[in-house]
Order: sequence, then C-alpha cells, then structure tokens
Amino acid sequence: MAYVAVKGGEQAIANAHAWLAEARRGDPAVPEVTLSQISEQLGRAVDRAMGEGSLYDRELAALAVKQAQGDLIEAAFLLRAYRTTMPRFGHSLPVDTAKMQLRRRVSAVFKDLPGGQVLGPTYDYTHRLLDFALAAGGNPPPAPQDQADATAMPRVADILGDEGLIERDGAEDGEPGDLTREPLSFPAPRDVRLQALARGDEGFLLAMGYSTQRGYGGSHPFAGEIRMGEVSIELEPPELGFAIDIGEITVTECQMVNQFKGSKTVPPQFTRGYGLVFGQTERKAMAMALVDRAMRAEELGEDVTAPAQNVEFVLYHSDNIEATGFVEHLKLPHYVDFQSELESVRRMRAEVAQLAEAAE
Amino acid sequence: MMQGYNFAYLDEQTKRMIRRAILKAVAVPGLQVPFGSREMPLPYGWGTGGIQVTASVLGRNDVLKVIDQGADDTTNAVSIRQFFARTAGVATTTRTAEASVIQTRHRIPEQALREDQIIVYQVPQPEPLSRLEPSRAETRRMHALADYGLMHVKLYEDIARFGQVAISYDYPVMVNHRYLMAPSPIPAFDNPKMHMMPALQLFGAGREKRIYAVPPYTEVRSLDFDDHPFRAGRAPHACGLCGATDSYLDEVVVDNRGGRLFVCSDTDYCAERRATGHVGADGVQEAAE
Repeated sequence: MAYVAVKGGEQAIANAHAWLAEARRGDPAVPEVTLSQISEQLGRAVDRAMGEGSLYDRELAALAVKQAQGDLIEAAFLLRAYRTTMPRFGHSLPVDTAKMQLRRRVSAVFKDLPGGQVLGPTYDYTHRLLDFALAAGGNPPPAPQDQADATAMPRVADILGDEGLIERDGAEDGEPGDLTREPLSFPAPRDVRLQALARGDEGFLLAMGYSTQRGYGGSHPFAGEIRMGEVSIELEPPELGFAIDIGEITVTECQMVNQFKGSKTVPPQFTRGYGLVFGQTERKAMAMALVDRAMRAEELGEDVTAPAQNVEFVLYHSDNIEATGFVEHLKLPHYVDFQSELESVRRMRAEVAQLAEAAE
Repeated sequence: MMQGYNFAYLDEQTKRMIRRAILKAVAVPGLQVPFGSREMPLPYGWGTGGIQVTASVLGRNDVLKVIDQGADDTTNAVSIRQFFARTAGVATTTRTAEASVIQTRHRIPEQALREDQIIVYQVPQPEPLSRLEPSRAETRRMHALADYGLMHVKLYEDIARFGQVAISYDYPVMVNHRYLMAPSPIPAFDNPKMHMMPALQLFGAGREKRIYAVPPYTEVRSLDFDDHPFRAGRAPHACGLCGATDSYLDEVVVDNRGGRLFVCSDTDYCAERRATGHVGADGVQEAAE
C-alpha cells in the first residue's frame, strides 16, 4: 500500500541538522573562516547583525554570521534569541553624540563648518569596479595619517538650534520604553518608535524612506549631518548616584533637517528626523531618519496619507525577525485547514452544479 | 537537560509576567491581553506564543503532549516537544488521556478533555477582526464597544454570495456572550468542542504579543444566524485505517490516478481505536503489508 503513516520526524530533523552543518562548513579542503576574520573583514555584515539583533557584541555577531552562513536576518535572529536570555539591569544615560570620537562627519547643508567635512572610510566616491587585485589578496598600502584635529565638532542640528531655526529636541524624563519587555501599544511614543526603527530591517526602512522621496509622504529632507564614530556608554547605578563609563560603541547617527511651514501655534522652522544605528550603517541611519520624520506627520499636523506616515503600519512590519518567522511559517503543515477549504469548495461547487442542473 | 538555562527556558520573572497575563485572560474570557512576548529560539509564527504559555504553566510533574495538525510526529510538533524535553526535562506522551498539558497547532484532540488538563493553542493571528480592519488601535476600540457588526456583515455577505459562510477554519466564536475571539486556525469542525469544555483553554500569540483564555465550562458559540445555523464540515468518509466516522479526516494522495485515502488527523485517536480492534477499509491491507 502506498500510504505510510509519517513517522520518524525526529530522525529527519537530526539528519537535516547534520547535513546543514556539513553544508555550512563547505569543502573541508578550504580553510575555515575564523570569527576574527569575519569581524575584521566582513565588518559591515557584523554591524548589520548587531543592529537588527539589538546586541552590541562583535564577537557574538561574528559567530552568528558564521553560524548563519552569512544570512544576516538569520544571524540577527540568533543574536536576539541569545539576548532575550540576558537579565536587564538598567538603561544607560543618553549617549552624547556631540562628543563622538569621529571617524566620519559630513553635512549636506553647509559648505564648511567647525571641524570640517570628514569623509572617513567611505564607499561614497569609489567607482564600483570589481577589484581583481583584491581577489588575489595582499595588504593595502597604509592610509595617510595626521595629527588628530582637536577642534570641537558641534552637531549641525545644534548650530541651527542656537538660532531657533530648528525645533527643539530632547528626551523626556523618566525611563525610556522598551518594546522587548512591553508590547507595542498605540499611540506609540517616539522613544519606542525609534527603538523599533533602530532594530528594524534595513531593506524595509530603505524602501519606506525611499517612498517618502518619491511622493508618498514627502518631507523635503536635507541630510543635516551624518556622523560615525565611537561614543561612550555611561550608566548611573542608583546605589552610586553618579555615572560610570562602561565602554564605548561605534554608532552612525543621521539628523535629517526637514521643511516645515509652521502651524497656528508654531512659527515656521525646520523639523527633525533622527536615525541612530549600531556600527557603520549609514544607509540604514539615513532611511531611519526619513521614516522617523514621516511618522511624525500626525504630531506636526500634516495629512497622514502615505504608508511611511502610518505609525502602526511601519512599526508592525519593520521587524524582520517577526516578518521572516510569519512569512516562512507558511511552509509548516497546513493540511488540516486546507482540508476544510477543500471540503468547503467541493460543497460550494456541488451546489452550483445542482443549480445548473435544475435550470436545464 | 540543557545546562545554563532556567527550567522550561524562560526566567522566573518572565514566567510571572506571563502568568499575570494568563490570570487576567482567565478572568475576562476571550479578551486579548497584551504581554511582553519574548524572543524565543524558535521563529515567530512557529508556536512561540504557545511555547511561552506552556513554559509558564508547566511544572516538573506535568506530562506534555504536543501536536501539530492533530499529529504528534509532524516536524514542528517534534521540534517543540524536544525543546521542552531539553529545557524542562518533563515527561512527554503522545496519548491524549495521559497528558496534563497539551500544546496544539490547528486541532483539538477528538477525545474529550478533562478538568485536570490544560490545552494551549498556538495562535498566529489573535485578532478575529484582522481581515476586516487592519488597525489594532481600531479593533481594540471595537472590542471595547462589543461592536461586531463588521463581522456579522461579512458572514451575511458570504451567505448572499455563496449560500453559506465561506469560513472553514479559524471560524470566529463569541465567548461568554461578550468577546469575539479567534479560535486559532482549527477547522470549524473543532469549534463545538470549545463550548463548555471542562479543560482550561489558553491561547498564546507570540509575534502579536497577546494571550487569551477560555476558562473551564464557558460558553463558546460559533457565530451564525437563526436561518443559517453554524455547520461544521468534515470529509464525508470513514477513516481508512480505523473506520471512525466521527473524526476529522486528512486526505492523503496515494497515487497519480486520483486515488485518495482518508485517515484520522488525530493520530492518537486513530491508534487507540486500532489498538482496540477497530479496522478501516484500508487498514486490513496495512496489516497484511
């Protein structure tokens, strides 16, 4: 008889895992990559996994990238699942990005400004020609060095703010929201929205940000400033009463400056869209800033018409771990429900056939 | 048992948070209670809500059964059972009668459940109104006002267009005359089992971060109209292996010539029947093989 009751799921799963491990390793004649090779030479992949995985740890992120064979959503998932087992013992003070040890700082709204424009290690002006010399390997010549510039490099938003040309900004007092502990609820405060965006999928944010530029909720943005570098993380334990430095992390910050015509109560001034992401992740920080501004439409009295302005739409669909789980769950067995649909369609077809027969 | 993790994986603080949500859910039958759903080591949409609920109610002496599509041996059921065997070390079973906690996806066992049992449903979409109104802020308001006109209109339109309600699974129910509830994607055939069930029914939706419950002996009515009463469908056959005519059936394609075999979706029910001598039309052949 053809039908065999499906048994042995356990063995099938074990075999699949064994095959996966073998496939992950690839040809054993090829040397295995090390975690330090991944974190040093595939740093942008590690940055993305850390950002979307919501866990700043280069070594764990490198492991996740290796374990996921370079599938960065899978890597972020591994980091999230690890992160969730860690106790939460507090929150840091707001990072002071004005004091960032800058490796890169560009402003599109001023030709020059204190501290100047610093390109840093960017792909921006590379010509995208495959570099066959890189395929052969070898060390590049050392980059030119100079004395560090001690000039203070104020944030562009602060320069505009001194003149009152841009809206004020700042964290409200009290504990910041944390959507890894409390479920989303609406209206969602901006701290929670920014957290969701910072963890959100780069591709999703990129598409949403792009859509605002093409007319779906446009906000006339200028890249006020993009900066990347190291910031200190400070924690103020209640039993100490003063802040202690617990280390530094690399972040990319983007402040978009957006047109705003003013309202009945507020004179015309520029408004802000904000992006801050772990690591060197400029594309995402910029997209995040566009989407953050778009989601402020209601607060600023603008019409909410576009997907990027719909806070519920953006927040419920930006998380790629949730999205990938639910999209991919469609491959789980659904045959019980499909059976009920089959019976329902058969019943309806029979009724239609009966009616047709009766009509003849 | 796995080292370095708490009993049943979740830390005790998290379990307490989930139990508080469960208590609230039991106190207000059918109400969706938001909870701080954790990121589990299994993907969202694969039972993370059910797993968190099970982890929070599981004790060391519990006996766990996990089914998917009614079967204990489907891959995801195997995976979840292994997860608890590794992280909690609890006894597991495939026999409905022996289990104290049953986690399920898409089915309710055929055998009636008892007062000393808990059934935990995995829920992909806890909001019964989601296909009619995508905004959760709006559906929340509709539940608060018991404003379910939209769903009645949908059922009416189905009847007007198809002559019947065209929902065959995840068929909406009214719990305790108050809250409209998604029974999870069980076939409508299973809906009547929820009504006045002696066992506690818990529902966990991990991705959507909601828990809800139906306490024992609570009224659960499938939505219908007086002139179009609710009707639950099953394939009009007897199980090919055990001959049951009262169970929900899977349709198995057995050849390329249109051949079909109908068998119980509840594998334990079918096995128990065969063990007590029931034989279906195709069961004899199986024994002869």
